[in-house]
Formats: sequence, structure tokens, C-alpha cells
Amino acid sequence: MKILSIALNTFRENLRDKLLYNLLVFALLMIGSSVLLSRLTLGEFHRLILDLGLGSINFFGVLIAIFVGIGLVSKEIEKKTIYTIVSKPVARYQFLLGKYLGLTITLFVNTVVMALGLLVVLYAQAVPIEGMLFKALALIFVEFMVITAVALLFSTFTSATLSAIFTLAMYVVGHLTADLQTFGAKMDDLSRGILNGIYYLLPNLERFNLKGHVVHHLEVSGSDLMLIIAYGATYTAFLLFTASLIFHRRDFR
Amino acid sequence: MTPSSDLVVQTEQLSKIFRVGFWGKRVTAVDGLSLEVRRGEVFGFLGPNGAGKTTTLKILMGLIYPTSGTARLFNLDMGDPRAKTRLGFLPESPYFYDYLTSREFLCFYGHLFGLWGAVLGRRVDELLELVGMTHAKDLQLSKFSKGMLQRVGIAQALINDPELVVLDEPMSGLDPIGRKEVRDLILGLKESGKTVLFSSHILHDAEVLCDRVAIILKGRLVACGRVTDLLDQGASHQVELVVDRLTPEGLDHLRPLTDKVVMQGDRMLVVLKSQQQVEGALEIIRTAKASLVSLNPQKGSLEDFFIREVKGHRSPPEKRA
Ligand SMILES: Nc1ncnc2c1ncn2[C@@H]1O[C@H](COP(=O)(O)OP(=O)(O)OP(=O)(O)O)[C@@H](O)[C@H]1O
Ligand SMILES: [Mg+2]
Repeated sequence: MKILSIALNTFRENLRDKLLYNLLVFALLMIGSSVLLSRLTLGEFHRLILDLGLGSINFFGVLIAIFVGIGLVSKEIEKKTIYTIVSKPVARYQFLLGKYLGLTITLFVNTVVMALGLLVVLYAQAVPIEGMLFKALALIFVEFMVITAVALLFSTFTSATLSAIFTLAMYVVGHLTADLQTFGAKMDDLSRGILNGIYYLLPNLERFNLKGHVVHHLEVSGSDLMLIIAYGATYTAFLLFTASLIFHRRDFR
Repeated sequence: MTPSSDLVVQTEQLSKIFRVGFWGKRVTAVDGLSLEVRRGEVFGFLGPNGAGKTTTLKILMGLIYPTSGTARLFNLDMGDPRAKTRLGFLPESPYFYDYLTSREFLCFYGHLFGLWGAVLGRRVDELLELVGMTHAKDLQLSKFSKGMLQRVGIAQALINDPELVVLDEPMSGLDPIGRKEVRDLILGLKESGKTVLFSSHILHDAEVLCDRVAIILKGRLVACGRVTDLLDQGASHQVELVVDRLTPEGLDHLRPLTDKVVMQGDRMLVVLKSQQQVEGALEIIRTAKASLVSLNPQKGSLEDFFIREVKGHRSPPEKRA
């Protein structure tokens, strides 16, 4: 209950963030503009709308996750609002989870809004809407949850700016981990070992990317989908656990 | 000795060293502080800016960890979650979620104690009444003045009807009426059997409110005890005389006994060093055939005591520098 109260309060706070609306408007504009672009490229018409639409949702969602996520905790410490919460019977991990859950709710609402925008465009352009699209959207949301946890983890021990940089880097590298492994295959043992270590430590964000499947009408089985979701959930739990450990030891000064 | 069950706050050799800047320069904020606050008393925590009051209170609230030493609340170890349910805290110059109205704000904190529904609603109304903010219950905190924030901040600290109320500078930012109201509120808390620990710069308030005070300086305890005892011990009480038509020779005799002489036309104000000088001074005045207009023993104030203590402890390092 305490976690939920903090989450709902965080959600309310997020709703007042202008950044959120700016990013949301941009996302919707991008999704809408895919219609204009597709006019120019007749043959690839459906593919382009889906590709650009899902890409925009992913990109802007990640920006929200990062730029709202890094402020979740640091703003509370900076404004000292955390003093009154931590002196109440709220364990620090509960505070952290509440903040995380709050942003998750925000991101969920945002994803729904952006997805609705995409559906409207698809419908207006008479693009057939397949079940695969919703699986892709679900995984995009799982990726947001992982990224939010990364941002939260960094923000428990570094400044907001550094957290943003680190999280962005993690996002980019997380999408390249597969390349990391192929790259490592050509190297000596030590380098390969290090690259492999990084590969397993970093989140493999490409796993959550089903854009190709949607565009090329490929299927992903239900059990595969569950496996990917379980991977995302485990990774998130690991990140949140680490963040809690760090947060527990820290001074609020 | 007070039995430990009656000790609400207890610190032993508490120290906090901050590391600041790139090189991790050490700043000692609290230095071997041992304090005890007993059940039911109003305890004033005094000291100049940067003395370490806020740091100590933050350690007690579990916001920062001590470098060494221990602190216990209700005879429970640091970090015991049971202590927090019996506690209320108002931070120094608080910032709150300013998009909430005062009602929503208090309800949010109520939820953190598992209070919901009608019970919470009643409690919130009571508290808004208590701090005189009923008129602003549906106003957003972003539209509040500093004093109004301080009041809802105090209400927030009382939401769980705590046994121990810790207030970091509760009077700051309040107008004279507001300060009076907070004083009355603290006395009301004491009356209902609660323990109050507060820090302040306003010594007059501490003097009228507190059963006991502690004065700290550079993180160290320099004095602790009942206000009256502290005032009795250090202070040699001065006496003020007003004398009419004292001859210059008479004044020469009087000078060695005085701290200060102020001429006001024919009259003069004479401040004697202590009560022991009164007899001698009266004798001189009589022989000089001057007339005594008034004689006022000066009650030492906590402020004088404070300034003396702080200056006394400051001078040695200044000499070295
Ligand atoms: N976050 C911090 N980082 C580094 N040093 C700090 C920090 N907070 C306090 N200090 C230092 O610790 C000392 C005590 O500060 P503290 O805020 O406890 O004083 P205070 O008695 O509350 O003063 P005031 O009456 O001005 O509120 C000061 O020298 C201050 O510079
Ligand atoms: Mg202070």
C-alpha cells in the first residue's frame, strides 16, 4: 500500500512534467508524418508506416524513461522532499519501488496513447492490423521498464547528467550486444572473454525489438514471447535490487 | 540516572564527518556528541549556524549514517522500523510536493502510516485546524507563503499522533503571531505527554519553552541542562543603577566596581559587575550625597549565556590563527 501511494503520487508528479507532453507531441507528430513520407515511397508504403511508427514509439518512450527516470530520486533529494518520507515508516527500498512503479504507470499511459496514435494512422491508411503488432508493443513496453530501472540505478549514485549519459550509452550498447559477440569472435581469447562478459552483463535490448517481425509478417510463438518477457522482468528485478542496496547505504545530504 | 526506558532519544559519542569536494576534504559536522532526551520533556537544541544541529537530527531520523557512535530512539536500535511509527519530523526549510493541496498533502503522509478513509479525513481536518490552515485546505502548496508551508509542515509531522516530535527550526519563517502559535502548539504537545526535540536560533523561545537545552558548537556539546541551572551557574548577575547628581570624585570611586557607565545629562546609568558590588556602590553614593533613582538586578538571559559560551569557545582557535 505504501509503495502504491508513493507510485500514485509519482504518477501525478509526472503528469505535471512539461517534458513529458513535449515528447509525447513529438512522438505523435512523427507517427503522423510517416503518412507524408509514405506518399513518396509508393511500394514500401505499409512497411514504412509500421517501421517508423513503432520506431517513434520506442525512441520517444525511451527518452521519457531516461529523462524522467533520472530525476525520480535525485529531485526528491535535491528538494528534500525525501526527508519527510524516509522519516516515516517507509523503508528506503519501498520508496525506490514506489518511484519506479509510478514512472511505469506514466510510461504505460504514454505507450497506450502513442499506440492509439499509430492505430489511427494505420486504420486511416487501410494498413491491415495484425496480432504481431500488439506483441511488438508489449515488448517495447518491457524495454521501457528495463531502461527505467537502469536510469533509476544510475541516479542512486551519480548526478542526473551522468545518469542520463550512462543510461543513453547503455541503451545504445544494449542494442548492439549481438554485434559485440560477433565482433569478439574475431579477437584473441582475452578480448573475447571481456566482450562476452559485457555481453552477458548488459541487457540485450535487441531481444525486445520485434519491428522486423511485424514488418515482414513473421511470427513469434507465445512461449518465446513469455521467455523474452521473463528475461526483461528478471533483468529489471536485478537492477532494482542493486539500486536498493546502493540506496540503502546512502546519505541524504 | 534516568532509567533507559524513559530515554526517548539517546546518542553516544555520535560523530559525522562529511567528505566534500573532489579531494574528499573532511568536514567534522558532529563530534562525539552524547545527548539524552527524556520522556515528556521539551528539549531545545541550540547552537550557532553550522554547529551541527541539522546533521544530528538527520542522523536521528535515519537520513544520514553516523561516522561513529550510536543513536537510539525509544531505546530501539538505529534503523528499527518500529521507531518511525512513533515519530514525527519537520525538516529545516522544508520543500514539499507543491502540486498537492494541503488536504491531499496530509492525506498522502497519512497513507504512509496506513491511515485511510474517514479516520484519516478527520485527522487531517483536526490538524489543519490545529495549525490554523483550515482556510487553505484546498489551496495548492505552490501558492503558499513560507510561514504557511511551515505550518502544514508541522501538521505533517503530527499526522500519526507521534510520541516524539522532532522539529528543525520550527519558528523560522514565521511572523510573531505564528511564532506564538507554534510556542503554544509545542506546549500543548507537552501537555498531552509528548516529547518535543527542537532546534532553534531564537533563544527567547527556547528559554520560555524548554525544560532542558543543549548548546552545541562545532559539533561538540558545550552545555546541557535546565535553563535555570545554566543561567545560575555561569552568570554573575549584573545590577543596573541609575544615579542622580553624582560628583566626579564619587564617580572615580565608583568606576572600579562597574562594567559600564552611561551619562545622561545629570543622571548616569551604572552597570555593576555583580551583586557583590551593590553594598559598596550604595556606600559611595551615600557619602557623595548623590541620590539613587533606581536599582535593577539584571536577570541573565539565555541569550547572554549563549553568546558568552559561544565566544568563550571560539577565542582559542582565533588566537592561534
Ligand atoms: N551535506 C553536507 N556536506 C558537507 N558538509 C556539510 C553538509 N551538511 C552540513 N555540512 C557541514 O556540517 C556542519 C554542520 O552543519 P549543520 O547543517 O548540521 O548545522 P546547523 O547547526 O544545522 O546550522 P544552521 O543553524 O545554520 O541550520 C557545517 O560545517 C556544514 O558545513
Ligand atoms: Mg540547521
